[in-house]
Amino acid sequence: MWCKLTGVYADEAKGGSTVSEHNGKKMTGAQCLITALEDAGVETIFGYPGGHALALYDALYDSEKLTHVLVRHEQAAVHAADGYARATGKVGCVLVTSGPGATNTVTGIATACMDSIPVVIITGQVPTVVLGSDAFQESDMTGVTLPIVKHSYLVKDASELASTVAQAFHIASTGRPGPVVIDVPSDLARKSGVVYKYPDEVKLQSYKPTYKGNARQVKQVARALRTAKRPVIYAGGGIISSGASKELAQLSEMLRIPVATTLEGKGCYPEDSELNLGMLGMHGSTAANFALRDADFVFAIGTRFSDRSTGRPGAFAPHARVAHIDIDPAEIGKNRKADIPIVGDAKTVLAAIVGELKKEDVKPATEAWLTQVLTWVREHPFAYEPCEDHVQPQRVLELLDAMTNDRDTIITTDVGQHQMWASQYLHTDRPRTFLSSGGAGTMGFGLPAAMGAQIAFPKSRVVCITGDGSLQMNIQEMATIHGNKLPVKVLLLDNNCLGMVHQMQELFLEGRYSETDFFGNPDFAMLARAFGWSAFELENPQELESMMHAWLDEEGPSLLWIKIPVSEDVFPMIPEGKTVDDAIGITNVGAKEGE
Amino acid sequence: MSRILSIWVDNKPGVLARIAGLVSRRGFNIESLAVSDTEDTTRSHVTMVVDADEIIVEQVTKQLNKLINVYKVSDLTDADHIDRELVLFKVSAEAAQRGEIIELASIFRARIVDVAANTLTVEATGTTDKLEAMENLLDAYGIKEIIRSGKIAIPRG
Repeated sequence: MWCKLTGVYADEAKGGSTVSEHNGKKMTGAQCLITALEDAGVETIFGYPGGHALALYDALYDSEKLTHVLVRHEQAAVHAADGYARATGKVGCVLVTSGPGATNTVTGIATACMDSIPVVIITGQVPTVVLGSDAFQESDMTGVTLPIVKHSYLVKDASELASTVAQAFHIASTGRPGPVVIDVPSDLARKSGVVYKYPDEVKLQSYKPTYKGNARQVKQVARALRTAKRPVIYAGGGIISSGASKELAQLSEMLRIPVATTLEGKGCYPEDSELNLGMLGMHGSTAANFALRDADFVFAIGTRFSDRSTGRPGAFAPHARVAHIDIDPAEIGKNRKADIPIVGDAKTVLAAIVGELKKEDVKPATEAWLTQVLTWVREHPFAYEPCEDHVQPQRVLELLDAMTNDRDTIITTDVGQHQMWASQYLHTDRPRTFLSSGGAGTMGFGLPAAMGAQIAFPKSRVVCITGDGSLQMNIQEMATIHGNKLPVKVLLLDNNCLGMVHQMQELFLEGRYSETDFFGNPDFAMLARAFGWSAFELENPQELESMMHAWLDEEGPSLLWIKIPVSEDVFPMIPEGKTVDDAIGITNVGAKEGE
Repeated sequence: MSRILSIWVDNKPGVLARIAGLVSRRGFNIESLAVSDTEDTTRSHVTMVVDADEIIVEQVTKQLNKLINVYKVSDLTDADHIDRELVLFKVSAEAAQRGEIIELASIFRARIVDVAANTLTVEATGTTDKLEAMENLLDAYGIKEIIRSGKIAIPRG
């Protein structure tokens, strides 16, 4: 099959034409690679140079189209490219050197892989003649990353550099997106007289993602949706990567079917819609979890039935027939048997289902079910006991939610309690505006991801919500953010401990707090100022609101440091391997016992 | 239960590592693996025998299909197919026992490929059952070494 190069890359780079103006020119291998990145439509590269990337960086020096962001640690380069990709839908791009430079990217690659984010990572490598000889700064990068990439290349022929870049961008961005590594030995980069040839089309016989759903199965789902008494749509990140929000809304509104989203799906459906029950799963909304418990039909779209969403797999939606759309056939039936499997792209398949439903005069038949579900929503909201003595993180996030309504805001989070509070208390109305490491749960993601998002959208407000543990995992990027004059806002909820682990030790390990309390945390305000940021330290809880305004109104990067007590836990919580009926800390507003 | 997977892949370095890594990551052993060129110089063929139930094999098959270098994966276990393996047995054989062993080999249509002062090396091909039967009989003479090629399989027709 010939896959025509489509989308922003091909079109933007070549004004709609797919033939590179540089084809046929003789240049060095490094120039081939850099030119190919330009032809692939790359605008921003996050990276860090080094010995075996010298020639690549030398060629980059001459590029007028590529902007390079010099990070302070290679892991952050991948998270930044990942944040850029999540915010834009384009492929993020990373360039680093061999050895430790390359292996430092591993956590970033694993993070992108788990959440299906398109990133291309180019790593320098020792010259081909010494490959495998344990040369200085050699590491087997394709070997190291084998289980955490969509695909990888160790290029052995300089004439293949340009076509490899074209393939890598094609693979990263089509089908189920994911990271692709290109390992480039330094002798290939140095080689001169290489004839540049960027392919007009990418031909990959063994890679043919299925976009269109099987027509018979589309009809089956349409019929099942029409006849279901207690249907729930279970919507994942696949809706966002497919751009299927409009089709999802059409379907849900047409049949009045409630929607539960995953953490990665947050934003795929407006959270102020009454049909959106919010996030399901371990720290999800009780209404969403009850709805799935009692559903007779679950329509899973672009999601993978992860353990954080389903709890004990055998007990998830126990009474439901399941229809499952995914572009990756391996996800269907992996964790839950699908009664109606559809391999395809969420947008294309949902449009077909909506079209099928429109053929008949379909009336919503879910009124009784919706009444029940909306009762749960009313009775079991995310809530907390207000308290005057200290600042409550939930309150901070409620305020942030209200304050960021005024203009485009992109939220990134790190990983831990603050991440779950953010997912509970922030209302996300648009796709690609809530960026969080879900599958990998990578602490240290938030700050560099915010940097990537801010570079993609210089005029948007980008807020990173973080904790004292996560922030210190990539805090060095404060320098990159300052240096690039990016007005990133960081909200630090500091409980001086690893809150989520601490909470689990409190609830399940009799309060044996093994190594979760920090000693010697820095003065974060002083530290931020040392990095050239402005910093606000909340001392008087009464000043919370005004200080938040001041913090958000800063022109440059600014930190708001809020100390919260360690006693604040994330509720509700379904213990690992349990069900919503075992949940701890469900709020009850006039609910009957036993629901 | 053992299942036979027939996998067509790009004839490129590193492809075998991708396949083996993907299978071992799921925590089960590869019983045998046979890799070779095919009629098409750009492709290689892998016959892999794994010990796993059908559901796991289905998931592994889907994951293998996701690899960019993999063209096609089929589970031949329940399909009409022919499978063969080649075995080299090095058997203890003093001069007096050679006749018996040679006779035994001929019953199995095996060949003697090396003779030394006190060993005979027998080359046999066939199904796993046949080769196991032969191994049991040769055991009486004392098997010094067995090397198997791993199973290869092809669909009938």
